[in-house]
Amino acid sequence: MSDSRLGIVAGAASGLLFGAGLLLSGMASPANVLGFLDLSQPWNPMLLWVMLGALSITLPGFWLMRRRGRPFAAASFAAPACAQVDRRLLAGAALFGVGWGIGGYCPGPALAGAALADPTALLLLASMLVGAWLADRLRSRA
Amino acid sequence: MIQPFAGGMLIGIAALLLYSTLGRIAGASGIAYGALWGGERPWRLAFLAGLAAGAWLALGLGAPAPQAPSVDGAAPALTIMVAGVLVGAGTRLGNGCTSGHGVCGLARLSLRSAVAVAVFMSSGMLTATLLGILG
Repeated sequence: MSDSRLGIVAGAASGLLFGAGLLLSGMASPANVLGFLDLSQPWNPMLLWVMLGALSITLPGFWLMRRRGRPFAAASFAAPACAQVDRRLLAGAALFGVGWGIGGYCPGPALAGAALADPTALLLLASMLVGAWLADRLRSRA
Repeated sequence: MIQPFAGGMLIGIAALLLYSTLGRIAGASGIAYGALWGGERPWRLAFLAGLAAGAWLALGLGAPAPQAPSVDGAAPALTIMVAGVLVGAGTRLGNGCTSGHGVCGLARLSLRSAVAVAVFMSSGMLTATLLGILG
């Protein structure tokens, strides 16, 4: 199989499981996420279980893969764009958290909800892309 | 508790599949922005198409439909727009979201991701809790 065809198959299979997982876990409903983030109400631990479920696979799996040294269908693992903790990372994560705490949507659930033609998720996704574009414009001007 | 954990495991398997084959990070924000403005479009577009299909498939297999607040009216629509702009700008500046930094970055034992998760969890809880008290 050619590299690009393999990439498409692997990407599609990963996306399929990812989308199904988002729905099954309940993360695609912002009320569940806000129930976890809002400590003034009776706490909903759902998001903790989702993270633990995901990490129960990725922690050992990524460790094994890194020990192997290289992925099965590529020359190397993607290197992160940047290695150190800097102000950009802190500011970005803080802003993201505020938006997440307002709407209860992070990017994955926004994509899944938009795919299901939910008007709220579509509006959030469109605004999210505008926000990312704005961040690029402001950064290139700075 | 079982469904969130099982759903999380599916997300983890998805992330491991992408990492073990292509060596790439299954971060929803990074993949979306990369598909629009970056390189390596084919696998990213395939991931996004797969994510859409996976959401429909799960619905078809009986997963509950997502419950979202209505955006009828100026105030709720504006709230969602503000939330979206912040999520977009923040994940673009911080290079990742719940899946990229959380599911994948923590598994890579990345200090950057651990810091990002601690910061967005804290600011998310602070924001949601303040809004919960006020509203």
